Amino acid sequence: MQKFDRHQGVVAPLDRANVDTDLIIPKQFLKSIKRTGFGVNLFDELRYQDEGYPGQDVAKRPLNPDFMLNQPRYQGASILLARRNFGCGSSREHAPWALEDFGFRVIIAPSFADIFYNNAFKNGLLLVTLEEDTVARLFQEVDAEEGYALDVDLENQRVITPSGEVLEFEIDEFRKHCLLNGLDDIGITLQDEPAIRAFEARHRESRPWLFRQAQ
Amino acid sequence: MSGQTLYDKLWSQHLVKERGDGTALIYIDRQLLHEVTSPQAFEGLRLAGRRPWRLDANLATPDHNVPTTLKERAEGNTGIKDPVSLIQVQTLDDNCDSFGIEEFRINDARQGIVHVVGPEQGATLPGMTVVCGDSHTATHGAFAALAHGIGTSEVEHVLATQCLLAQKMKNMQVRVEGRLGAGVTAKDIVLAIIGRIGTAGGTGYAIEFAGSAIRDLSMEGRMTVCNMAIEAGARVGLIGVDDTTIDYLRERPFAPQGELWDAAVTEWRNLVSDDDAAFDKVVTIDAADIEPQVSWGTSPEMVANVSGEVPDPASARDETVKHSYSRALEYMGLSPKQKITDIKLDKVFIGSCTNSRIEDLREAARVAKGKKVAASIQLAMVVPGSGLVKRQAEAEGLDRIFIEAGFEWREPGCSMCLAMNADKLGAGEHCASTSNRNFEGRQGYGGRTHLVSPAMAAAAAIAGHFVDVRQFAANDDTQVQEA
Repeated sequence: MQKFDRHQGVVAPLDRANVDTDLIIPKQFLKSIKRTGFGVNLFDELRYQDEGYPGQDVAKRPLNPDFMLNQPRYQGASILLARRNFGCGSSREHAPWALEDFGFRVIIAPSFADIFYNNAFKNGLLLVTLEEDTVARLFQEVDAEEGYALDVDLENQRVITPSGEVLEFEIDEFRKHCLLNGLDDIGITLQDEPAIRAFEARHRESRPWLFRQAQ
Repeated sequence: MSGQTLYDKLWSQHLVKERGDGTALIYIDRQLLHEVTSPQAFEGLRLAGRRPWRLDANLATPDHNVPTTLKERAEGNTGIKDPVSLIQVQTLDDNCDSFGIEEFRINDARQGIVHVVGPEQGATLPGMTVVCGDSHTATHGAFAALAHGIGTSEVEHVLATQCLLAQKMKNMQVRVEGRLGAGVTAKDIVLAIIGRIGTAGGTGYAIEFAGSAIRDLSMEGRMTVCNMAIEAGARVGLIGVDDTTIDYLRERPFAPQGELWDAAVTEWRNLVSDDDAAFDKVVTIDAADIEPQVSWGTSPEMVANVSGEVPDPASARDETVKHSYSRALEYMGLSPKQKITDIKLDKVFIGSCTNSRIEDLREAARVAKGKKVAASIQLAMVVPGSGLVKRQAEAEGLDRIFIEAGFEWREPGCSMCLAMNADKLGAGEHCASTSNRNFEGRQGYGGRTHLVSPAMAAAAAIAGHFVDVRQFAANDDTQVQEA
């Protein structure tokens, strides 16, 4: 997993609540058996004016000029600003894979859906939760200033605006630790192998029906 | 000290280790696998040189990509015309073969939607922890199993360690008390709940559904309710064990037998919240107030009573909601204050992990019996949730009722719920669908989904527009014979 400590980048505003994972990456692209290459189809139905399908030459597709990621001022954006309940819907990890593959490193919103929240951190994507009013204000600031960029400092859990304002955010210790060090959590869990084996033996003893009796 | 909730009990029974950082390792008893969210997990195992921790905890079946016409299915995997879908299904077969995981393949009679197959096989049992790389894994909570929808990295983590890294959720209880009116079903209960608490209302919570109206539901109905917990933002939905749970599981292939069954049942009886358990949040709904529901928008919280109308964005509670409503109405091609019963339909889909079980098909057949699908409906399809559901429905003659009424009777799979196979909506088409999500493009590019119960979908197919199934049923005293 890619490490994350501090990131400064241009902010792209997606002014919409309840952005679901179907919108982030439509189902026809979930047929891939790889983890990469989803970036060109991120927000496919918003970004292009035609229907997308896997293996298409995206350079030939008509872009939707109204969608912010197609506007010159947001080119190269790496921080996404969104409204409440971002990432609701399915458990598809293709959603964070697409965001990350496109080039996003940070998403800022008032709230995130649970499964998406988990999936994002496992792929080096930092999700920053800020108050709804603060997010609303950031939308106004982004709109007012071309090239608006934020400085996101994970170590100190703060976002610094161009005017120098400091916005603090919460994140749990484990996720922070994994992101800062780029750690694979399977490796960490396997350090507890003796505890898992011991639990499993007790569990099998007390609830043997949970261990399949092949019929 | 107050007692424990069902969620607290399940959590503590599976807690391997609490770590100082707020996370915990919980042991996973069952992992269900399908073709869409598993290939990268198996690939990850291979790259790291790891083996699955416990093979017999896993059960796999392809469901999302499989075609549903008999002609295609007769050819097995080669009937999958989309080459990318074919690779994904073959990859599941290959991974299960090479790692030694049990799989119900495309033409196995036991194949079907994972969330139909698990319970039907007794592979989901009370007191289990169940995971699957699919958000509708919440379904299995109907059996008092702690079931989590997970991402692909977590699928790999469970394969490699038999544990899930989790944080304890808060407890919410949704009580539905009283009796449902005739023609009102489990689907209407859960849509009404989502309409009430919103799609983020359950975020961070495990929701336990309780109350007399939940107790009165069959296991099929309870699965429908728990299935859509995720649509209220909750990863976990739960219902305590009672006789209905136990009767459903008896003699299922993966269920324990003989003395082990008796020992299990004794323990399962404890899988209910204690009377004095404390919940962080309680929501109470009167069952008698619930009408048949129809979703009008692009989020499952955008629902209305069938007797009601599409809302006017001008009366929304805040700017964000107003914005969402306006966008939804534009996408759906509806106008403010339009009557729900004036919404005309192009297609009808009865199926999905929410509503493709035998009871769902019986409800729909009861409405369709002796009637004809309206000429204006281009396609009305019924997709059973598994090969065994299909077989049961055929034994009861439900297939003939549907076919005579003009419905297509298909082979099992996820089908038009998410349109990863050939079953999809065209742009602008309105569909009465018994599935779980009405997101933009969910059932096909530009498609317009309306979530309803199986009975409401069948009634809409016959009328060509939404109708109140309660009035529809009143004119009809024919009953489907339940063999």
